[in-house]
Amino acid sequence: MIHFRQVNKHYGNFHVLKDINLSIHQGEVVVIIGPSGSGKSTLVRCINRLETITSGELIVDSVKVNDKNTDINNLRRNIGMVFQHFNLYPHKTVLQNITLAPMKVLGVSEKEAKETAMYYLEKVGIPDKANAYPAELSGGQQQRVAIARGLAMKPKIMLFDEPTSALDPETIGEVLDVMKKLAKEGMTMVVVTHEMGFAREVADRIVFMDQGRILEEAPPEQFFANPREERARLFLSRILNH
Amino acid sequence: MLNYSILIEHWDMYMQGFTNTLKSSFLALISSLALGTIIAVFRIAPVRPLNWLGTAYVEFIRNIPLILIVFVFFVGLPTIGIRLDSFTAGTLGLTVYTAAFIAEVIRAGILAVPKGQMEAGRSSGLTYLQTMRYIILPQAIKMVIPPLGNQFINLVKNSSVLGVIAGLDLMYFGDLISSETFVTFDVYIFVAMFYLILTVPLSLGVGFLERRLARSR
Repeated sequence: MIHFRQVNKHYGNFHVLKDINLSIHQGEVVVIIGPSGSGKSTLVRCINRLETITSGELIVDSVKVNDKNTDINNLRRNIGMVFQHFNLYPHKTVLQNITLAPMKVLGVSEKEAKETAMYYLEKVGIPDKANAYPAELSGGQQQRVAIARGLAMKPKIMLFDEPTSALDPETIGEVLDVMKKLAKEGMTMVVVTHEMGFAREVADRIVFMDQGRILEEAPPEQFFANPREERARLFLSRILNH
Repeated sequence: MLNYSILIEHWDMYMQGFTNTLKSSFLALISSLALGTIIAVFRIAPVRPLNWLGTAYVEFIRNIPLILIVFVFFVGLPTIGIRLDSFTAGTLGLTVYTAAFIAEVIRAGILAVPKGQMEAGRSSGLTYLQTMRYIILPQAIKMVIPPLGNQFINLVKNSSVLGVIAGLDLMYFGDLISSETFVTFDVYIFVAMFYLILTVPLSLGVGFLERRLARSR
């Protein structure tokens, strides 16, 4: 479903992604971890071309992401994205946040879009907030709306870029629960997170990155019990033992 | 004490001028808001030639006097065979001029909208223009209502430039009444009052809008 082949990315002189090779299959949940500045977010943002790659090949849903002839909007409608800072539209209600893209991109009727929106709001557990504005919600609720907004496009892939990093500890659980549910239903997910408990429980595969490189790829049991790379060991010891 | 008989005797002329000033201001307000928004988006869109076009427009137009722009429409266009009446030429000049300032105000607003908003819109499959229209501009304009209000008030006052090319506005009729009656002070005081009738409610309206939108956010 997602294939990186020898992908490199530079920001000017800064080499952000180095020789990335990674394949993610349909229904797989891949969790990317690593120290900050290691290129995790950049990697995920390349998948829907929020960042462009400098060289190599990136194929998503059988489409070359960086090809000139690729209809990027067409590709993006199949890829939901959840951001660290939610990025809900503050001037629109929860319902309007969710129905905008289905109506404008997929062309569904307002009635249908609202029904779909309510279905996903039920799913993330806050149907009663449909008519609230984002500012009236807690961080966890906002992030759940953002997930519902992504799901309402019925995407094939969901990308999560540190979805719980901006939340206060009490509301992290409710967001992770929604993501777990989604993973169980077979959604293809790429998740950048520092939540090791989530990674261990839900991931099919852990990808460990440092300084723009993928250093290790392993199933979670193996990665957490016995990381191959020294750098990964150091990283885990720092974040797990404190 | 003001000589109110002048106002009463020339009421029709004052009213005609007032109506035309109102009309011209209203038309120029709507069109300069639209044009200014387009130019602001030109200056920001990820398309180089459009950036240049937008920048050229703003730097060129806002740095020449309004009256010269109006002259271009009134006496310049006829030399290439396009003849406009003075009201139209004046209103067009006013629109083109004000749009340059409005473009800068709206551009500032767009830049103040967090980058994540564009990313959220684009990543959901919306096009650049759809994201601008439904997500960025509504937030941008909300933020710049106070400076936008200033531009609108300036616009109403600047519409007096129509008087110079016989645009049948308040200023034009003021001049006319004054030359008929040989009275200057009183005539122009009444003209000023009519301008206030337009600008004070506009100013209050902007303040009201500002407070209401502040609450909804």
